[in-house]
Amino acid sequence: MLPRGRAVIVMLGLGAGLLAVLPLFVSPYYVELGTYALISAMLALSLQLLVGCTGLVSLGHAAFYGLAAYTVYLITPANEARSILVTLPAAVAVAGLAALIVGALSLRTRGFFFLMVTLAFGQMVFFLFHDTKLGGGTDGAFLPRPLLALLDWQLPLTRRQRPYAVYYVSLSLLIAMYVGLVFVLRSLFGRVLEGIRVNEHRMQALGFHTYRYKLAAFVIAGLLAGVAGHMWAMHRGFVNPELIAWHRSAEALLMILLGGLSTLHGPIIGALAYTALGEFAQAVTERKLLVEGLIVLFVVLALPKGLSGISLPRRPRREAPPAPSPTSPAEAHPHG
Amino acid sequence: MVEARSASAPVLATHGLSRHFGGLVAVHDVSISLRQGELHAVIGPNGAGKTTLVNMLSGEIKPTAGRVELDGREVAGEPAWRMTRLGVGRSFQRTNIFLSFSVLENVRLAAQAMGVPAARLFRTAAREPGLIERAECALGRVGLTDVSASIAGTLSHGEQRQLEIAMALASDPKVLLLDEPLAGMGPEESQRMTGLLKELAREHAVLLIEHDMDVVFAVADWMTVMAEGAVLAEGRPEAIRANTAVQDAYLGGHA
Repeated sequence: MLPRGRAVIVMLGLGAGLLAVLPLFVSPYYVELGTYALISAMLALSLQLLVGCTGLVSLGHAAFYGLAAYTVYLITPANEARSILVTLPAAVAVAGLAALIVGALSLRTRGFFFLMVTLAFGQMVFFLFHDTKLGGGTDGAFLPRPLLALLDWQLPLTRRQRPYAVYYVSLSLLIAMYVGLVFVLRSLFGRVLEGIRVNEHRMQALGFHTYRYKLAAFVIAGLLAGVAGHMWAMHRGFVNPELIAWHRSAEALLMILLGGLSTLHGPIIGALAYTALGEFAQAVTERKLLVEGLIVLFVVLALPKGLSGISLPRRPRREAPPAPSPTSPAEAHPHG
Repeated sequence: MVEARSASAPVLATHGLSRHFGGLVAVHDVSISLRQGELHAVIGPNGAGKTTLVNMLSGEIKPTAGRVELDGREVAGEPAWRMTRLGVGRSFQRTNIFLSFSVLENVRLAAQAMGVPAARLFRTAAREPGLIERAECALGRVGLTDVSASIAGTLSHGEQRQLEIAMALASDPKVLLLDEPLAGMGPEESQRMTGLLKELAREHAVLLIEHDMDVVFAVADWMTVMAEGAVLAEGRPEAIRANTAVQDAYLGGHA
């Protein structure tokens, strides 16, 4: 799960470096696309704590993502943007609270039933916003985007600079999230999650009240999905029920599958590749979903460990570094 | 059948313990007691209900009827994790370890399960030397110190059985439930395990399920014979060996 071997760590550093300099070389369109890819990466990474690390496959994760985005909308007056220092904690807190409630109930079930119960909760949240006027109904709603502001001081950004700022805030949050999860997984708590993934029954026999650990993981994953959802609202200045729809949850699962279930960086690579793939498919054909489906099918059949499981040819070292192409983060922009 | 037995109060005792699976009676009206410093062997043919009995004592399954008392406190129906925390450790009939983890990590997790304050849960294991010490101590007791850094899946079958016991020991249990610890072992490994069983019986109340009668008679202080879910006989090994009902039902030509 954690990066092993110097080669992998160097590659991850290079990937982060590439993402950091990317906006210098591409058009604003691709900066925005990159921001969206980074937000997707946050969502997929937060879900990986459940899927890859703990063995809990949830199909309702987008609910926490969407709730966070809607929270930004609901606490922001129509003509007065608020500071990110207000909106981010509020959005994350709501997502975490929702995860606590959903997790407390859904974690009483296992396997297929857990999948279905999380799906049901996700759909409940979806219809809450879809069928009521709480957040603009099916059409969604625009909102004043959160400002990079501290008290009365505000980062002076022109309209052109703003997307760049949001890109870098997203990148910083993604890196912070990744590093934070590395520490979580290395901790005593993280060791318990891995034990639960491998053999929950044995962990109970050892004396672990596994429900509590799974609930803690579920809440942490919800909080992190909240960060992603907040950044969506900040990025687009718009919310609609599609954010919460189960497709979004399934998409996050696909990103994990694409990038690799067994590494923490897999979902990041998966999300960037998936976004690039979608962009590419849209450029060459109108059958975007069909192309995506075929490529995902290919990856699952040919690369069961996902893109992060590809090893460089003829390397005597046991650790398999992630392949640089076609998965490298820079690919999030096609030939910028 | 009743003979002089150590006078100490039972650590773990069952009264009329029963478990039915639908119409099938797996365990019926079993009353046994485990005492500190005593190795209590439960024998019986396959399907006699031995493992179901252990599963009830360890909290894996709930009894249909009857009581389980740990130090005089009613604990029947408590979940497995709580039974372990209360001091009932167990090993499994089929080796049940974390094959991809190191040997030390397997045992360290067992030590961690006994309770780490929430504030320290987000530290790395390296910063909790107490847990590692307890794990190493348990590994030392079963004789696996030399392989503690190996991946558990690379151990021999016998070593994996020993690791299974070390994991139970790391929780510092009062009661040890050992479900066929010698299953599938070669003669040399069996001998080592037999020595270990004797040692464990000095410090814990041990319940042993075992099919190898040579081992059972060599280590048991007290025996219970089960057949078809019920207790057929109990007593000291010599008495069990001489018991004609037991001979007919189970021991065959062994006695």
